[in-house]
Amino acid sequence: MTDEQIAQLVIESESVSATAAVEVRCAGAWTVQGIARLERRLEVLSWPGEGDLAIDGSAISALDTAGAWLLHRTMRALEQRGRNVRMNGLRPEFSALLQLVASRPVTPESTAPARAGLLTNIGQQTWRGLIGMSGMLSFIGESTLILLRSLVQPRRIRWRPILHNMQTAGFEALPIVGLLSFLMGFVIAYQGADQLQRFGANIFIVDLVGLSMLRELSPLLTAIIVAGRSGSAFAAQIGTMKVTEEIDALRTIGVGPTEMLVLPKMLALIIALPLLTVWADVAGVLGGMLMARSQLDVSFDVFIDRLGDAVSLSSFLTGIGKAPVFAAIIALVGCYQGFQVSGSADSVGRQTTVSVVQSIFLVILADALFSVVFNWLKI
Amino acid sequence: MNAVIDIRDLYTRFGNNVVHDNVSLTVQPGEIFALVGGSGSGKSTLLRAIIMLLRPVSGSIRVFDREVIGLSDEQALPLRRRWGVMFERGALFSSLTVTENVSMVLREHTKLSARLIDEVAALKIALTGLPADAGSKYPSELSGGMRKRAALARAIALDPELLFLDEPTAGLDPLSASGIDELVRSLRDALGLTIMMVTHDLDLLWRSADRVAVLGEGHILGVGTMTELSNSDHPIIREYFYGPRGRAAREQAWKRK
Repeated sequence: MTDEQIAQLVIESESVSATAAVEVRCAGAWTVQGIARLERRLEVLSWPGEGDLAIDGSAISALDTAGAWLLHRTMRALEQRGRNVRMNGLRPEFSALLQLVASRPVTPESTAPARAGLLTNIGQQTWRGLIGMSGMLSFIGESTLILLRSLVQPRRIRWRPILHNMQTAGFEALPIVGLLSFLMGFVIAYQGADQLQRFGANIFIVDLVGLSMLRELSPLLTAIIVAGRSGSAFAAQIGTMKVTEEIDALRTIGVGPTEMLVLPKMLALIIALPLLTVWADVAGVLGGMLMARSQLDVSFDVFIDRLGDAVSLSSFLTGIGKAPVFAAIIALVGCYQGFQVSGSADSVGRQTTVSVVQSIFLVILADALFSVVFNWLKI
Repeated sequence: MNAVIDIRDLYTRFGNNVVHDNVSLTVQPGEIFALVGGSGSGKSTLLRAIIMLLRPVSGSIRVFDREVIGLSDEQALPLRRRWGVMFERGALFSSLTVTENVSMVLREHTKLSARLIDEVAALKIALTGLPADAGSKYPSELSGGMRKRAALARAIALDPELLFLDEPTAGLDPLSASGIDELVRSLRDALGLTIMMVTHDLDLLWRSADRVAVLGEGHILGVGTMTELSNSDHPIIREYFYGPRGRAAREQAWKRK
């Protein structure tokens, strides 16, 4: 930047006597882009003499509010030290601006509030957790009530959004669920092949792949994919609607947001997730079959022949039976977190993250509980 | 002096819907220029084309003697620092407080110290007539009128030479709206700004605008001062200014004179 484009301040007469006025000359562009260097200089500048100051502003070529503020601040600081400051030669439009700036009371906000102590933090976190849990419980209760009411009066069920959600959360997830499940079956067979071959128990690859996929892995895998794909979408959609006051609008029209937004999503997932799980079963077994043929010389028809004996109907059904529960968890957590959004775009992001983490956590927890219960019941 | 904004033969189209057909207009330095027209007449679209958020099909838009159509973001930066934009719904960053919204612009584009930035931000907030405690609030905690003022404070953060206002008074009560009228004028007088605004507010037009362009049917139907336009013969302009509300605003303006 040339000298013309930056703000300058020159102390002309460094008079030693305390009585004579100190002359100060301001020049250049006192603008937001030009005052940066001058500001740093002013911080450390020591003003000579004790007496009055005369500032000559005739050489200021440009002045904006930031520059005017710096000038005003400097003058005010000098006045507070008991020195008289006079301003000369400023262009009329610049002095009008200086006056405008001087007329506004400016109190920059104080710094952030003091940080809370450890105990306070623990207390607040715990309290927040409890509030969140009770909120979640009452949300589950409310949704269940509305679900029951809809089941009693099936005419109230909104089929169109249910079908739409089945399309987006179910049908459109087919490729990714299929691919991942296929790879999962493939990998399990590959890992098992080595061990089984050592004992000459090649045919048991069918039991390994069939049982682990159908009973455990494909319901879990499908639920986790859907939680990441659709649970987050539910939270983000409802959260954004909350920010734009669409939820409030629904209430004023007399449509319950739970009935309109939560129920269709929950019903759609409860229908779609078991179907997706069957699809994942098929893809996983297919992956295992391919690997079994190439590594263990178990041909397709032998594999399928054995599959009927290895996997009982109850094993298949326990796998499918878990899916609706997972679906309810994903939909409820996603929607609940969406309703927890407050005001800002940041909050939408935060609640979406929380919804995915929570629903995956709860899905795995529920899966563990199922294992324990099935063990008791000897299914 | 050259015109601040110079638009020639602008043609904009969304699909088959022609928004601007051969639109030309100029904005002179230091003037308050208003764009009016019915809903869907392409006022906001024109504004978005000027501030490079939307690319027209053909034509030329020169701002500060620089062609803006086809500029890359990097080339546009020096221009963007010279203008400020206030969006219709504020478009304040919802995760930042009002002060942070204003100071963020300063932090991004200047080398000032944190203390001076905070002070300048507080000054801008005060200039727009917001109370001092509004600075520490989040946009969601503000009323509609305060949000508009905060958006204006962010738009003037860098002391722009050119200010774009999209519906500055829409959704405000009459008292806040007339506050904005005065604010617009006083900012122009104090800071020497050129202001281009899109508005429906006839009171604001009578009180603040130096020149007004009426957009309709994809064309500029008329440009001139409010008095000139109100004597126009064009049926759409007449309808616009001589509807019941137009007449009331006009009488108000006469009384004040």
